Amino acid sequence: MRKPRTKPAAASKYQPVRPFTEEEFSRVRRVLGQKVLFVQGDAAVSYGALLAGCRFFAGYPITPATETSEILSQLLPRVGGVCIQMEDEIASVGAIIGASRAGAKSMTATSGPGFSLMQENIGYAAMTETPCVIVDVQRSGPSTGQPTEGAQGDIMQAKWGSHGDYELIALSPSTVQECLDLTIDAFNLSEIYSVPVILLTDGIIGHMREKVVLPEFEEVELVWRKAPTRPKDEFQPFFDDGSKIPETATFGTGYHTYITGLTHSDTGYPATDSQPEHHRLVSRLCAKIRDNRDKIIKVQKDYQDGAEENTIGIVSYGVTSRSVNSAVKLLRREGLNIDHLRIITNWPFPEKEVAELAGRAGRIVIPELNLGQVYHSVREAAAGQCDIVPMWKTGGEMHTPDEIIRVVKGNG
Amino acid sequence: MSEPRHRLMGYVREEIMPHRFCSGCGCGTVLNAFTNAVEGIDLDPGRMVCVSGIGCSSWIPSPYFKSDTLHTTHGRPIAFATGVKMMRPDLTVVVIAGDGDVAGIGGNHLIHAARRNIDLSVFMVNNMIYGMTGGQVAPTTPAGVKTTTTPHRNVEPPFRVADLVVAAGAGYVARWTTYHAFPLMESMQNAMTRKGFSFIEIISQCPENYGRRIGLRRAIDFLKMFKEKAIRIEKTRDMSEEELKDRIIIGRLCDRDRPEFADEMHKLTAEQVAGLKASKEAAG
Repeated sequence: MRKPRTKPAAASKYQPVRPFTEEEFSRVRRVLGQKVLFVQGDAAVSYGALLAGCRFFAGYPITPATETSEILSQLLPRVGGVCIQMEDEIASVGAIIGASRAGAKSMTATSGPGFSLMQENIGYAAMTETPCVIVDVQRSGPSTGQPTEGAQGDIMQAKWGSHGDYELIALSPSTVQECLDLTIDAFNLSEIYSVPVILLTDGIIGHMREKVVLPEFEEVELVWRKAPTRPKDEFQPFFDDGSKIPETATFGTGYHTYITGLTHSDTGYPATDSQPEHHRLVSRLCAKIRDNRDKIIKVQKDYQDGAEENTIGIVSYGVTSRSVNSAVKLLRREGLNIDHLRIITNWPFPEKEVAELAGRAGRIVIPELNLGQVYHSVREAAAGQCDIVPMWKTGGEMHTPDEIIRVVKGNG
Repeated sequence: MSEPRHRLMGYVREEIMPHRFCSGCGCGTVLNAFTNAVEGIDLDPGRMVCVSGIGCSSWIPSPYFKSDTLHTTHGRPIAFATGVKMMRPDLTVVVIAGDGDVAGIGGNHLIHAARRNIDLSVFMVNNMIYGMTGGQVAPTTPAGVKTTTTPHRNVEPPFRVADLVVAAGAGYVARWTTYHAFPLMESMQNAMTRKGFSFIEIISQCPENYGRRIGLRRAIDFLKMFKEKAIRIEKTRDMSEEELKDRIIIGRLCDRDRPEFADEMHKLTAEQVAGLKASKEAAG
């Protein structure tokens, strides 16, 4: 019998994913120039990606996310990476999944209409546990909607956009600095949990300029996916070592890895007619995120110590938090007791934190730039402990602090 | 004494045999030609990535061929393969999928990959039907044929996929049938060894879900039909469109050198990195 050739070919200059050195990090910093910058949110996302070690970007032009493609097409080649424009958003996610399996940290960026197209392959990334980052610079929808206006209408789609049961992680920055910081977090979470991570910015932050301070090498923690620890002939791409997170064998390293979006066993091979295998697989995909919710979830609690009766809670996320911050200051000046919970991790949803706030507050006001999305999750988590007062606004304008103040005071 | 083993068994994932193809399906012939092609040019499967989509022929490499395998969503294998190739230009990246996948739902990815001339080998198995779902009309189904979704008759003309890929700019395009297993194998070897976008349209048989609707119940009936209808491209130069109407034009439709996408991108990256180094040195 003829045996296939297995002797390694001449050493490749293309290496699988590996932690990068301080020298490489410095190269990125050099390419980015000054330490303190005054840039748009879309630019900060691009810089965060480069600092996190992203070396492949595939995208399709769409307002208000295009700047990320433009900036990365300028800068990625300078740090040894590749940036390509695909024929559509479906292909963009396909390409970043392919590149991720070939060993690169990879990312795409889009807005609502493109995000809708991406859902098919986001589900594939969740099912195949392929690390990748998808930036959604939200704009008003449905459909083409308001291309140049910001919105928060894709929060539910980020979690439920693809069919079937799965969990992923979604983060909402509220400042340009946070666009950079959370992009680095997004890559880390994606690599740790082998899951697609969605960064939910919006047209307002995406196009707004603010001061950004680039981190030093010692200040950032960069994480890289778990490499195989078992010998090649024993390696199984979806084996659960107890952590629920499989090790990743990069393509071209001799593991003959088998990856499919079909229901699969630990070997990766299809097990489409097995109820127990499917249940076990999908349960693990969800559990690896749900069981680690305390490690994943980030919120910012701006609570008043010793506040007694009459505490009013406000839950906010993303760009809306900016108006809430101003409103909270003004309300406290008037002597009101305000607890502000800012959600940074939209998915998995910070249920415990919201429940805790619902226990402290007489009611919770939740302003968002849609007609009720996070409202439903807040109401579910509050479980009837207090009233939930929604503040819905669409059309591309933020809530003004005044509008929030009126509702908090009950004069809305 | 141990059972005699097929000489190419080392190239397939033996642990999941037997395969799931219907009796008489052309996919077995394609897997056979492909495996022989790989062995013949001594490609290391450990340095190959096979990418496939959804449909019967996507099962040819996935799960049966033992390389790194990415079995993707319907119509998208070329997009996934593009990402793999861009990050690992040193690997041989092969897409095997059907006509519904590559030319139907995924047609856009096909023409753009051909235009970029990215170094992928795309082997499109064209059985002229949606076989896995039970025999619905495909973009490649001949006009007049009754299928489960054209129960009266198909009024659409079929796609001439290989011609489309030539027009889109691919480096190498060929068409063969499952009757022409040996030239098909050689053509696959050409595709996998040359640089640029290589596309082979493989006309194949689906006795189960297509043949029985057109009176070809057995694989052998198809193969005879392929043999009769096939005409080498070299012989068609002076023939009219009318004369070629019912023929299957086989052979190499184009073979040309054009700049390859991954190469060009990596050249650009190298220039940019070098430029940065130079400016850093100049700055001292």
